[in-house]
Amino acid sequence: MKDKYWDSVITPKVPLIDLRLQEVLNYRDLLYMFVKRDIAQFYKQTVLGPLWFFIQPLLTTIVFTVVFGGMVGIKTDGIPPMLFYLAGITFWNFFSESLNKCATVYKDHQHVFGKVYFPRMVVPLSIVATNMLKLCVQFLLFIVVYIIFIFKGMPIEINGIALLFPILILLTGALGLGLGLMVTAATTKYRDLNFLVTFGVQLIMYITPIIYPLSKVPEKYQIFALINPLTGIVETFKYGFLGGETVFSWMYLLYSTVSTIICLLIGINFFNRTERNFIDVI
Amino acid sequence: MSRRPIISVEDMSKLYQIGQFGTGALSSDLKRWWYKVRGKDDPFLVMGETNDRATGGNSNLVWALKDINFDVYEGDVVGLVGKNGAGKSTLLKVLSKVTGPTTGAIKIKGRVASMLEVGTGFHPELTGRENIFLNGTILGMTRKEVASKLDSIVDFAGVARYLDTPTKRYSSGMTVRLAFAVAAHLEPEILLVDEVLAVGDAEFQKKCIGKMGEVSNEGRTIVFVSHNLGSVKRLCKRGILLRNGQVAFQGSVDETLEKYLNSNEWSDNGQQNKITYKEKESLAHFLEIGVENGHGESKPNYRYGEKIQIALKYNIRDEARNLIVGMTLKRNGETIFLTYDTDDNEELTGKRMPGEYSVKINLPNFLKAGIYTVSTIIKEHGNYITRDEKIDAVKFTLEDFNVDTVNKSFHLDKPGIIKPSIQWQFVDYPVTV
Repeated sequence: MKDKYWDSVITPKVPLIDLRLQEVLNYRDLLYMFVKRDIAQFYKQTVLGPLWFFIQPLLTTIVFTVVFGGMVGIKTDGIPPMLFYLAGITFWNFFSESLNKCATVYKDHQHVFGKVYFPRMVVPLSIVATNMLKLCVQFLLFIVVYIIFIFKGMPIEINGIALLFPILILLTGALGLGLGLMVTAATTKYRDLNFLVTFGVQLIMYITPIIYPLSKVPEKYQIFALINPLTGIVETFKYGFLGGETVFSWMYLLYSTVSTIICLLIGINFFNRTERNFIDVI
Repeated sequence: MSRRPIISVEDMSKLYQIGQFGTGALSSDLKRWWYKVRGKDDPFLVMGETNDRATGGNSNLVWALKDINFDVYEGDVVGLVGKNGAGKSTLLKVLSKVTGPTTGAIKIKGRVASMLEVGTGFHPELTGRENIFLNGTILGMTRKEVASKLDSIVDFAGVARYLDTPTKRYSSGMTVRLAFAVAAHLEPEILLVDEVLAVGDAEFQKKCIGKMGEVSNEGRTIVFVSHNLGSVKRLCKRGILLRNGQVAFQGSVDETLEKYLNSNEWSDNGQQNKITYKEKESLAHFLEIGVENGHGESKPNYRYGEKIQIALKYNIRDEARNLIVGMTLKRNGETIFLTYDTDDNEELTGKRMPGEYSVKINLPNFLKAGIYTVSTIIKEHGNYITRDEKIDAVKFTLEDFNVDTVNKSFHLDKPGIIKPSIQWQFVDYPVTV
């Protein structure tokens, strides 16, 4: 029988899946403060300030457009290369930054974690929330460029699938979070994994249609891109806003959704199992 | 209805892996798994032994805490004492949920705030105001609570002018004051405080201790870890003595301190009443420190009124100027006095010839019963270079069996730190018939 008298009972046992949403909710102000801190520290003491949120992806897009669109000459499904790369990069940055930062949560915060208790999950959630904010700002950039291209005579191909945008953001964030949690939990025990993460993230980028369109991938290689849950998400986004010859299928999206949820649950379980004692081994 | 505790620790143990590990984890994990598959005991877990860091163990697993049981009631101020490595800080960490127990359970009623460190999470790029909010929310306050206390926090820290300056521009003293101000405005039911809090200048320490006294007067519960037995005695009502990760004693703070001081762990080398040191290369160093009676006999226990002498031998290698030799006497961890050989003998501050010196210091006869420790120091006058220092090098016990003629109940523990024999001189009085 559970004793209602106690507010909290600390035992060594950890339940299989325990989101402890209530606890995280109690610390929502801390989540807010972490997001504020991360945003502020991004541009404090810079001359251009928050403008860097736009400049970064814009520069990458220009480089990609020149190198892959111009020099290498990769076809972009009949979509203006600038928009094609901008769309891909916006999503990719969101995903990879969430993953990379979540993957080092324990290492980066061991000092705070070693001294005071709060639900550890607040930190990875704040990382994803920060990056989500950045993504929304960068999405505005995408819209501006989009409108410029329409004025320049690009046919409007936006369709109903574009309405899935909020869901796509959530899925991308959840995928980055889930993978990041798995990695950070595993690295507390097996440090070696740290070296594999950089490589792994690079690998995911190659099997995601960011710099190339999925439709141009030879059939026998498509499987590599399609086992990647991110592919379905990115392709859905491009299809919704840009149309062209982008490959869209509800099956891909469903696969992305299911695998993202599984990923997230495994990640949370790993994280919960290690958050108690990682401070002893890190 | 009987009173229920607000912290209850039940059979709690905590296992630590010591030594080098990390890269070898995979192989030991595989070994563990292989033992499990064959239905054998975990080869690593069974070897856990008690945590006595002085004796080398066979295993790299050690019980930092073993079978800890205790209850804390509302309004209690509990002092955790024990020598370094006894598990005090680990226990505080487990209580504050920073790390989990290996077995057993801890039940807590009410909001817990832990002050294991001042200024956790302070970010140098953020302004004072932003850091107040960040630190406050990390410690478990809501933004609304912080906002309502902002003025009072700023006031307490005295940083109003710099509120919107990044804390990296603060002096370290200002940062610490601000951080402590935030922590001091927490209003938890249970406060866990580590002694690291008391790092800082004397004034700041006083402020910390004062604030904690205030908190305890408000009826809140405090668990306090400290090596400063004086502040433990002042602040706490109850005490828990940890020894090698186990609860060796719990009870009133006086009893606990008594047990701690009587045990041979009180200070790492202060158990004896006489200690000799090897010769060293240094300019000046101690050779022997001892406690003896008027006949030059070294012994651990003395009676009130008995002559007690501290016998020092020290060596000076080269002709030295400006050396002073000092001795501090502490009773139950609290300093009674500090004396230098130059206090009444100005000539000594001049030249001292090389060679061995032997001195005897007569202790005054007003010492109260208790456990005393002697610390000695040789340093240079003027530039404060310490040549040799022995902290709590020797100890002795002073017992007082003299029964007060009138008020027998007070004979042992009158208030105050000394027991002088005071003359009451009657100047005028009525003559009895």
